[in-house]
Amino acid sequence: MGFDDAYDALTDHDDDSRWAYGTGFTDPLAGVPADVPDGVSRADLATYALMLGDDALILSHRLQQWVTRAPELEDELALANIALDLLGQARLLLSRAAAVAGAGSEDTLAFGRSAGEFHHVRLVERADADFAQLVGRLLVFATWRLALLDRLTALRDPVLAAVAAKGVKEVTYHRDYAAQWVVRLGDGTAVSRERMAAAVSTLRPFLGELFVAGEVESRLGAGGVAVDPGEVLAECRAVFRQVLAAATLDPDGLDPGDGDPGDGDPGDGDPGGTGRDGGERADLVAILEEMQGFARSVPGGVW
Amino acid sequence: MNGAVSADRVVAGVVDPELPMVTLVELGVVREVTTERERVVVTVTPTYSGCPAMEVIRADIRAALEQSGFTGAVVRTRLAPAWTTDWISASGKRKLAAAGIVPPGPAPRRASGPVPLTLRVRPPAVACPRCGAAESELITRFGATACRELRRCPDCREPFEHMKEI
Repeated sequence: MGFDDAYDALTDHDDDSRWAYGTGFTDPLAGVPADVPDGVSRADLATYALMLGDDALILSHRLQQWVTRAPELEDELALANIALDLLGQARLLLSRAAAVAGAGSEDTLAFGRSAGEFHHVRLVERADADFAQLVGRLLVFATWRLALLDRLTALRDPVLAAVAAKGVKEVTYHRDYAAQWVVRLGDGTAVSRERMAAAVSTLRPFLGELFVAGEVESRLGAGGVAVDPGEVLAECRAVFRQVLAAATLDPDGLDPGDGDPGDGDPGDGDPGGTGRDGGERADLVAILEEMQGFARSVPGGVW
Repeated sequence: MNGAVSADRVVAGVVDPELPMVTLVELGVVREVTTERERVVVTVTPTYSGCPAMEVIRADIRAALEQSGFTGAVVRTRLAPAWTTDWISASGKRKLAAAGIVPPGPAPRRASGPVPLTLRVRPPAVACPRCGAAESELITRFGATACRELRRCPDCREPFEHMKEI
């Protein structure tokens, strides 16, 4: 093996081992049947897998942006690990979406869609202004996702149920990490407390969307394939209250209300619209430029 | 086809790329080795969803079989039931311990209801592998790989790794 070219040395021993975009990643669902449960719309199931996958993919990207910027090495590792878990969940879910739709792959779905074709909630999109916003959002996201995945394990699509069962173990760690930081900052110094309280207040406009079923979820929910997000409202509210109380912050600071989406009044900080339906929002466009730029500039590139 | 060595034996010799002191069978990642239409089929269950070692694991299994004359082996993914550290064999745990990585205890089980939130760091029940002190403190639950956490012994002050229970 020659070492004149460092890339050669990396890729010499096996075709399966080149770790780069488009260079022979095995489908993470290799050997898993692409069947769908009886009576379930393939289009709806593919969209639902994208919704769950995009939530993980976009937040993973936002967490990756913290790598080399975390306050301590231990948190650097934690954030990278959490981002990696979510990326892994996204790979499985995007692969499931491609298999069910009978078209594309995890790569074409991650790198080939435009902003209008993504289906994540708005919560995951925004850049974090500081570490308090990072852990605040992660608390909300992990609490919500854990409750959804936990219910999904009992539903009828065997692949989504299996992905969820693994995800529950991972997201349990993510939620504990975020909750412990929210408590440390909220019940910490005057500065950390002020920042944590401010971070919590910025999250509230994004909560409503999390607990309202869209059309796809409603149709699939009736068939026993999707979780009704309204079902997880009480559990999430209880966790938010528990964490905020321990952080000596306003325990209702993350109360999602009755689960209605925001009223659209910009004066309340309401972002307007949902993320599930896609859209050309500036935050999302910026993420996609960074995430997809290389793949789009060198389509199918190998090295 | 090589009659002298069984496919089981070949697969049993493949080690984990990130924890090379243990084999994939000892880790519980390899679930089954069978033969279908004269091709070896190895069924694996991934550890963590995002574990980057899975690509190498698949390639290493195929390469080991190829070298022993089993051409065209298939590595199949089985997602359910999800991998748990309870599947690590006794010999796997011994080898981890010998390498200075404290093996996992029994994975937590939940009867029913919501997943409980852990607001305080868990009680320090992991003993120090260097000096034997009964307790240690958690530095971070997210270590060099997804499956390991970093701890420190309050007596000898040495840091060490612990494979966390999932």
